[in-house]
Amino acid sequence: MALYVSSPRRQVLALASLAGLVALPWLAQLLEQTFYVSLASRVLIFALAATSLNLVVGFGGMISFGHAAFFGAGAYCVVVLAQNGVFSAWLAWPAAVAMGVLLALLIGAISLRTRGVYFIMITLAFAQMAFYLVVSLKSWGGDDGLSLAQRSTLGWLDLKDDAVFYYVVLALLAFVLFAFDRFAHARFGRVIQGIRENETRMEALGYPVFAYKLVCFALGGGLAGLAGALIANQAGMAGPNLLYWTQSGTLLVMVVLGGVGSLYGGFVGAALLLLAEEVLVGLTPHWQIGLGLVLLVVVLWAPRGVAGLFARKRDDG
Amino acid sequence: MDDPRPLLEIREVSKHFGGVYALNEATLAVHYGEIHALIGPNGAGKTTLIHTLSGTLRPDRGRVYFSGSEVTKLAMHERVALGLARSYQITNIFPRLTVLDNVALGVQARTRDWGSSFRFWRPFSADRGIVEEARALLERVALGALAARCAGNLAHGEQRALEVALALATRPRLLLLDEPMAGTGPEESERMVELIAQLAREVTILLVEHDMDAVFRLADRISVLVGGSVVATGLPEAIRADPAVCRAYLGDSTETPP
Repeated sequence: MALYVSSPRRQVLALASLAGLVALPWLAQLLEQTFYVSLASRVLIFALAATSLNLVVGFGGMISFGHAAFFGAGAYCVVVLAQNGVFSAWLAWPAAVAMGVLLALLIGAISLRTRGVYFIMITLAFAQMAFYLVVSLKSWGGDDGLSLAQRSTLGWLDLKDDAVFYYVVLALLAFVLFAFDRFAHARFGRVIQGIRENETRMEALGYPVFAYKLVCFALGGGLAGLAGALIANQAGMAGPNLLYWTQSGTLLVMVVLGGVGSLYGGFVGAALLLLAEEVLVGLTPHWQIGLGLVLLVVVLWAPRGVAGLFARKRDDG
Repeated sequence: MDDPRPLLEIREVSKHFGGVYALNEATLAVHYGEIHALIGPNGAGKTTLIHTLSGTLRPDRGRVYFSGSEVTKLAMHERVALGLARSYQITNIFPRLTVLDNVALGVQARTRDWGSSFRFWRPFSADRGIVEEARALLERVALGALAARCAGNLAHGEQRALEVALALATRPRLLLLDEPMAGTGPEESERMVELIAQLAREVTILLVEHDMDAVFRLADRISVLVGGSVVATGLPEAIRADPAVCRAYLGDSTETPP
């Protein structure tokens, strides 16, 4: 696809969604359905995780099947720090980001020497190694995971209040999406999209392609680490399922559903998937069949994802 | 021509794949300011030689020097930074990007002029000079009117011109043109010959080409690669008369003898 250009139309849609999301806790209070605030936090956190994967897959062209490792690393980072008496979000959350970045640098430095299917398999293998490592650590709760005694503390903000926590998550997601938009228009963002389009040619133009891909991969890992820190707070625990390969798969499905390489693709995909799950689970235990059908329809008739349906026609170039 | 130090020098470079020698102690020198054509029958090792020069392949033996320093072990992007750029035989552009974005990516790559591209926040458009230079480059290769078009939708000849513009965007000192006329019609070839002749005023060119008519019109000197070795180097008239060259070409029925 062409280099990313933000359209006024998409920005209007984004601002409208933001306004709706800001009003949501107030609406839930009015309708006495405060449970939905917690669900909405979960959706936004997964939106952040899926956005971080879309940075790697949709902009960098690196089809990573091991993104859950960074997500899980961030979650465990917060919980393990809490166990050792560190509750401050100012320390724990940046630590989770750093953990995601470091792990991504490590995995990326090796995996990015491969291409295509090999890259998919090697990222999957690394993530599974992380999963088995966590499962085998008795002090980290093994299969059961670790629970978080209390949510992180953030200055005068009381994160134990679901609405406050929700607004913090929303603010973080909004900032990340804004930064993502800047990133896509900045020189690094253009280079990374050029690499997605034609890696050999970028090398021949004089770009050290490997370094750019590694930095992009690490950025994605760091953002996933932040999402992990938030999900640990939301769920009150960190379990090995966060690192399991199906989690990586779920994040990929969100990206494909929402729109690969679309700025809001991760957000749209996460919202659709989790809300569909919420509705369908009540109807049938086999709800994933329905999900499969929806995915088929998207891939066949809206290959640019649901967010792509709202993009300008001109983008088709 | 009697410049003691050539811009590009290949000394006894060998490369074999399995038991087959693609290059066998090939030696070649390209001097400042010339158009040096490299010809040879199919399978002579031209492609391998280009890969060795651009940095895609490491030779088994021998050395490559560029403007006085050895580059044998440098990666492709490091050679580009020194001023060695290439175009591709099979069009290698960014087909889904606009023509302007194609060239702008090439201009932006020059860190010595524009600084590092590890910029995450400042918009690309803040460096106005990049786009201006990209537009100027497109004018030079006569693609100015097509700047906003999607590169994949261009005609073949236009894509060949874009291919050259991409290589030019890196401001090379040596331009390695790998069969720029490949697959072009007579009219497009004519335009490409004019373009190359015009470029040669500013940049040294190593031209690998099958179109003998174009080669003999453009080249200041010609080297002939046969069986992985350079069997002759000289002025076009000398090459045309060289018996070894004629023999090499007569052995290959798919080629027109020069």
